[in-house]
Amino acid sequence: MTNADVQTWAAVIGIETHVELSTKSKMFCGRRADIPDEPNTASCPACLAPPGAPPVPNEQAIEGIVTIGTALGCTINESSLFYRKNYFYPDLPKNYQISQYTFPVCEFGSLDVEVDGEPTTIGITRVHMEEDTGKSSHVGGGDGRIHDADHTLLDFNRAGVPLVEIVTEPDIRSPEQARAYGAELQRIVRALGVSDAKLEAGSMRFDANVSVRRAGTETLGTRTETKNVNSLRSLQRAIAFEIDRQIGVLEDGGVIVQETRHWNEDTGATSSMRTKEESEDYRYFQDPDLLPLEVSAEWRERVKASLPELPAQMRARFRNAGVDAVTAEILVDSAELAELFEAAVAGGAPGKLIGNWLTGEAIAWSRREEIEVNESDLTAEHLIELATMIEDGKLSSTAGKDVLTAAMAGEGAPHDIAAARDLLQVSDEGAILEAVDMVLADNPDAVDKIAAGDDKPIGFLMGQVMRHMGGKADPTIVKQILRDRTKGA
Amino acid sequence: MTDLADLTIAEAGAGLRKGEFSSVDLLDAVTRRASITEAQLHAYLTLDAKGARAAAEAADAAFADGDVAGPLQGIPIALKDNMCTKGVTTTASSQILAGWKPPYDATVVRRLKEAGAVLTGKTNLDEFAMGSSTENSAYGETRNPWNPDHVPGGSSGGSAATVAAGSAFGALGSDTGGSIRQPAALCGVVGMKPTYGLVSRYGLIAFASSLDQIGPFSRTVADSAVILDAIAGWDRRDSTSIDGPVPNLAGSLDRGVKELRVGIVTELMGEGIDPQVKAAVSTTASQLEAAGAELVEVSLPSSEYALSAYYLIAPAECSANLARFDGVRYGHRSQIEGTTEDMMAHSRAEGFGPEVIRRILLGTYALSAGYYDAFYGQAQRVRTLVRTDFAEAYEKVDVLVSPTSPTTAFRVGERAADPIAMYYSDVCTIPSNLAGDPAISVPIGVDDTGLPIGFQIMAPALGEEIMYQVASAVESIAGFTQRAVLASSDVVAP
Repeated sequence: MTNADVQTWAAVIGIETHVELSTKSKMFCGRRADIPDEPNTASCPACLAPPGAPPVPNEQAIEGIVTIGTALGCTINESSLFYRKNYFYPDLPKNYQISQYTFPVCEFGSLDVEVDGEPTTIGITRVHMEEDTGKSSHVGGGDGRIHDADHTLLDFNRAGVPLVEIVTEPDIRSPEQARAYGAELQRIVRALGVSDAKLEAGSMRFDANVSVRRAGTETLGTRTETKNVNSLRSLQRAIAFEIDRQIGVLEDGGVIVQETRHWNEDTGATSSMRTKEESEDYRYFQDPDLLPLEVSAEWRERVKASLPELPAQMRARFRNAGVDAVTAEILVDSAELAELFEAAVAGGAPGKLIGNWLTGEAIAWSRREEIEVNESDLTAEHLIELATMIEDGKLSSTAGKDVLTAAMAGEGAPHDIAAARDLLQVSDEGAILEAVDMVLADNPDAVDKIAAGDDKPIGFLMGQVMRHMGGKADPTIVKQILRDRTKGA
Repeated sequence: MTDLADLTIAEAGAGLRKGEFSSVDLLDAVTRRASITEAQLHAYLTLDAKGARAAAEAADAAFADGDVAGPLQGIPIALKDNMCTKGVTTTASSQILAGWKPPYDATVVRRLKEAGAVLTGKTNLDEFAMGSSTENSAYGETRNPWNPDHVPGGSSGGSAATVAAGSAFGALGSDTGGSIRQPAALCGVVGMKPTYGLVSRYGLIAFASSLDQIGPFSRTVADSAVILDAIAGWDRRDSTSIDGPVPNLAGSLDRGVKELRVGIVTELMGEGIDPQVKAAVSTTASQLEAAGAELVEVSLPSSEYALSAYYLIAPAECSANLARFDGVRYGHRSQIEGTTEDMMAHSRAEGFGPEVIRRILLGTYALSAGYYDAFYGQAQRVRTLVRTDFAEAYEKVDVLVSPTSPTTAFRVGERAADPIAMYYSDVCTIPSNLAGDPAISVPIGVDDTGLPIGFQIMAPALGEEIMYQVASAVESIAGFTQRAVLASSDVVAP
């Protein structure tokens, strides 16, 4: 794709996200919902859909979806309806999925994301409650699809696990924005504690709806829906691929077919799964086994009052503490680093310095040593002590970094480390004065130059003084004294 | 001497408590009766001889200890074979569930067991409760105890026949469009459909979830109240069950009908209703008036469309409810070679009978894109109108009355080839299902061929108390004591 193409076409993107809730039991029966590895060990008579077992909604799951909807600024409907989505598939025990259609639990929310300093608000159309399916493994045949498989292995452990679907408005304009949306949604869901939201494990899954149109026009193009996107990176890649593909088709005079497409991580391409004509008629109708789902005003208020701090609020707080945007993002994504950061800053340490240490040296050490920062010996007290030493000129910032990693490695408290390694700076003005006078006496030419208004030799003189002091003098004080002593010369 | 099998539940219970006979004696009596009548009736699909005997012995032991759980303790009761019984074959009269043993008890089964009842076995029905004659059973039809050339009605024909023939003292059926009341009428027994949500559906193999209700068959109105009392009440396993107080039925009986307003439904006394049925119902209605009730004619204009609406809503729901029968996890699995999808399709084609397939296709069509509004959507609007009609009627009257069935029992095979004629059998019973209201059928007499006629009393939701009050009055006014031919103790094994 050339730059010219980018200017003449504009992408319109919407994302559907499925999130499995980490509830104790399944959506409509009492079976445990944590999914063990051994197939068919977490299914019960009710989630295997025997004759005669009607569904009973899981209150913890309803609380979960109301929590997500509240965090996304949605209207929580006092009454919502369950529908049956009918299709035959061997891993769908009832051969219909209980879902919502009209009247979902949550509607009309939004989520703010920022890409390259440019903020965007993405509308949330709806957040609805449904149940997950089991898993099929189609054995034999070419492409692992049901149609030409020799046989199918079924695992019903996941069948009936509560699933929340979050649908955006077509407000997303670039693959980068899509990724930022996905990442922020994942952070929110994790912050809420309602799901582990693991993309690689499938407890959070994205479907991307993509269309393109001429830049500056309003009419939407025909869209495709891309499935099997299992990471934030592939979300961005799949959408970028799909935009390019659609522009290519249109530039060649072709038309976009409304269809479901499959993202292949290895080839980095999407391919057609089924077109709209082949798509199923789900024959949605209100589930007669379930009454309207009521979420009382008291319940809504209780959830709202007990919401934890959301990533956006946390980010703003870190920025206010003096850290830059990139550092704030890293802290938001790491509960362990954020915890150390907050404790250190609460103890009076400067946010910017602590943020830089944690996201710089601390992470680098952690990667090098393959030990998590929070599993190292570093404490918030260490950070506070270290920051104070630097502020007081007892340690150079360069030496401070070495002390930090030494503290992580368990060498002790910063002051002890600095002393043991002979890194403490001399900020005793008398000792520095003595050294300065000695250097000035040895370098009369430099003194003359400075007196004549040429500041260049100051650096040279500083180096000399530091050498005399064995590198342990506080450079700020050295510089100040040098200036004072040469001014009147 | 009266055969024990012909006693009412009240009489049998009194005898048990006085120690005149044992629960095992009662079980022996109904088992002996079944051994005589079953060859002609085929009311039972499964007799749980071992389980029933154990329960009867347990009941006798409890009586011996002076331990009485309630009026059903030690009483043999039959169950329609669409209610799950742990470890006892449950088929819904379908090949697709041949030999299936449920891993759990339905709530009604658990409650009957807790009440000390002796569960005799599982009775025949139209496959998945779809039918009005018990001819649509994969295991052969049930016959009418009053005349084995005739059908017992359906879909709970097996349960109705056991109670009429004396092979059980009472039975449970399920009623989606009349499947308790119509066979009760055709077999000359009392059959009752509770308010939707009064009895848990947990463990009832669903036909149409928004219409299905479990209810009792019995020989008297008082016995009906006793069984309903044992099975009614909130159940957390059924989201649609009502969390509220259960009607006090014992206090409703024998209170007469003075100053009660009884509405006779104009639309259900017109064309299509057999003249003898109409005459008998009119007579009983007049007798109620003579007993002090105020009798008025009430119109339910939408009832004309209720049948059509029902035959869209019920099939639509069943098309999804029966989707789970696919050969994957349980039930019949086709042996035809092919893909997993082929296996699912063949299992269903082989496992379901023609009426079930017809209704699944009807329902699938009614829910399809482009047809939904014209069919399912329109049917739901009619359902709302029916409810409105009933609500308006109950502003003027306390109960509504009508025939239960437009005709008495028809001949086996007579309507089998004509689904529309068969569907018309439920014209008087369907409106209550659509409204979710209770209704009861009480036998009031026989036609000139000796086949019973049922009188239907309908009441507003949770109006069971006043409904039983009227039913009890109808029973005593009609004074119907005649028993089915096959229930006579003169009948001997052929």
